[in-house]
Amino acid sequence: MRHPDQRFEPTRLPAPLPIWRGIVDREQWIGLAGEAAGRGDRLVSLWGVDRGGEAPGRAVNAAYATAAGLLWVELGLDDSAPGYPDLAPSFACADRMQRAAADLSGVHPDSAADRRPWLDHGLWGTDHPLRHGGLEPTVSTGTLPHDYPFVRVEGDGVHEIAVGPVHAGIIEPGHFRFSVVGEKVLRLEEHLGYTHKGIERRFVDLPALTAHRLAGRVSGDSTVAYCWAYCMALESACGVEVSERSQWMRALMLERERVANHLGDLGALGNDAALAFGLAQFSRLREDWQRMTNETFGHRLMMDVIEPGGLAREVDPAALDRLRRQCDTIEREVRTLRAIYDDHAGLQDRFMTTGRVEPELAARLGLTGLAGRASAQRADLRCDQPWEPYRQLAVQCSLRSQGDVAARVAVRFDEVFESLRLLRELCGGMPVGRCRQQLVRLAQGAHGAGWVEGWRGQIFVALELGAGGQIVRCHCHDPSWQNWPVLEHAIIGNIVPDFPLINKSFNLSYSGHDL
Amino acid sequence: MWTILRQIARVGVVTEPAPSGDEALRVETARIHADILGVLGQALAIRQVDAGSCNGCELEINALNNPYYNIEGLGIHFVASPRHADLLLVTGPVSRHMAEALRRTYDATPEPKLVVAVGDCGCTGGIFGESYASCGRVSNVIPVDVAIPGCPPAPIEILRGILAAVNAAKKSGR
Repeated sequence: MRHPDQRFEPTRLPAPLPIWRGIVDREQWIGLAGEAAGRGDRLVSLWGVDRGGEAPGRAVNAAYATAAGLLWVELGLDDSAPGYPDLAPSFACADRMQRAAADLSGVHPDSAADRRPWLDHGLWGTDHPLRHGGLEPTVSTGTLPHDYPFVRVEGDGVHEIAVGPVHAGIIEPGHFRFSVVGEKVLRLEEHLGYTHKGIERRFVDLPALTAHRLAGRVSGDSTVAYCWAYCMALESACGVEVSERSQWMRALMLERERVANHLGDLGALGNDAALAFGLAQFSRLREDWQRMTNETFGHRLMMDVIEPGGLAREVDPAALDRLRRQCDTIEREVRTLRAIYDDHAGLQDRFMTTGRVEPELAARLGLTGLAGRASAQRADLRCDQPWEPYRQLAVQCSLRSQGDVAARVAVRFDEVFESLRLLRELCGGMPVGRCRQQLVRLAQGAHGAGWVEGWRGQIFVALELGAGGQIVRCHCHDPSWQNWPVLEHAIIGNIVPDFPLINKSFNLSYSGHDL
Repeated sequence: MWTILRQIARVGVVTEPAPSGDEALRVETARIHADILGVLGQALAIRQVDAGSCNGCELEINALNNPYYNIEGLGIHFVASPRHADLLLVTGPVSRHMAEALRRTYDATPEPKLVVAVGDCGCTGGIFGESYASCGRVSNVIPVDVAIPGCPPAPIEILRGILAAVNAAKKSGR
């Protein structure tokens, strides 16, 4: 099969979804970005690579979601031209990814408006941890992070509220700097990177056949999506196809993960709008759901169940039947609760028009995943590039255009019902066969990619294996990269006390972003 | 309102009996109350600190607040400030970027205080280990009283660990 764009002859990687990879020069790099932006394609991810001596040693990579599938391009960099053309003018979301690539791999755009470090807080004791040969200690660091130059808002009565990194709840750490007048938020600036724990460097130390465990811990709430994306990437690099049953079981687990997270969020959103009843009810359903997951898969979050080549365990027909029946119970309960949420004037008053992202703004900033679909951004891999078993299931994409907290709540409700429908079909039509099938032979010097619609949005894993089958580079991308900057816009003009509600309605990952 | 009340009445009370402490003691609810009161003279206030986890542990700590575990019914609640806390519940590995924030949170917690490290990463650094970006286990940064293994530990294990810390503190007369 040939890619529609033959100027640089991208080749198709053996993966269940159409994923293409090609090498570009500087002109093609910038030309592709402009054309992609013009067509309304999306930038999925941008990252740096440094392989040391082997040509092309240092490079910058980008991945676009296009109608023909995922297009992964690499631009080699050398000492005569160490920089690369800035993608931020075409894709706003490129800005932070470029800053992160500069921190980690030492690759810089030629010209960029914002050159502040992003993930690096000045405490690593090394310059660029993903540079080849990498971790020579530089100067010894203190214990205090460097000052971060936040943008100051000036004017009569403007003051700042600094929140974090330790937040007032059971949530992940990050820093939010609000500039407010009275109760009204004029500007929010995020500073993230607090949970950076060196995941991409750690991948290089792990054998490719066990590194799915690390991928499954990039963001614990999306462990199935990451584990599947990593395994898809490794299987793609090795040219291995998993059994039909394994594909179906993986989809079943992914949908169970989606339902678990949506149930948790729906309860928390009720609670953040002062309806504690909602939290009590939905957290009860989530617990029922997780207990059944534990009974079936031996883990409440399904960590490490997906492994290269298939699944780590088999599931018997009786268990599938229990899972199917649970969908009926949960659906009944969620319908009751949705009616209560919809009819509750106080709750709807807090949800509606709060934290609004207009579709036009969402398109310009690249809002993606669940939050994108609440702002009329139709993108769901299960519908756009349906791979097995989604091709047979005809997934309905839930779409709203109001872009407020209410819309993000509505999309969650819709997706719970759709996933329950999918789960019933997956349980009922599960192909017979084996799931346990170990991948034994590793490819040498190969690339692979995994692309999965997690509950939050698209998870992407780009993997490069070296001559001995070892991991040279494994880049994991979370949709939170696209959505964190949009949260800064969603809060503008809202009141400070609505921030927790708005933040929860996006429910973005810190760990998946910080890596 | 009527539908809310009907739903509450239909579901009823789903709270399960509290687990035994780590020492395989059968701990009744009243006994837990007494232990907590004996040690602290009040309910147990917990400040949770995510010092760099993958958020898996946070999901299970959040689950402790669901009606099956009903920890508020045991006199345990989560508070927003370390200054209000008796116990820090810390998940890890401790990232270099969070180490100072964790130390300051510890310093801000009044004596007598307990620290419980949650999860394999909090106990040992887990799969992330120690690196340029990770300080590894929680006890590399602040003193830890009880460490709860698991990736992530189930809510009931976390509750057992919290009770074990309280019991140990009681025995040592802290």
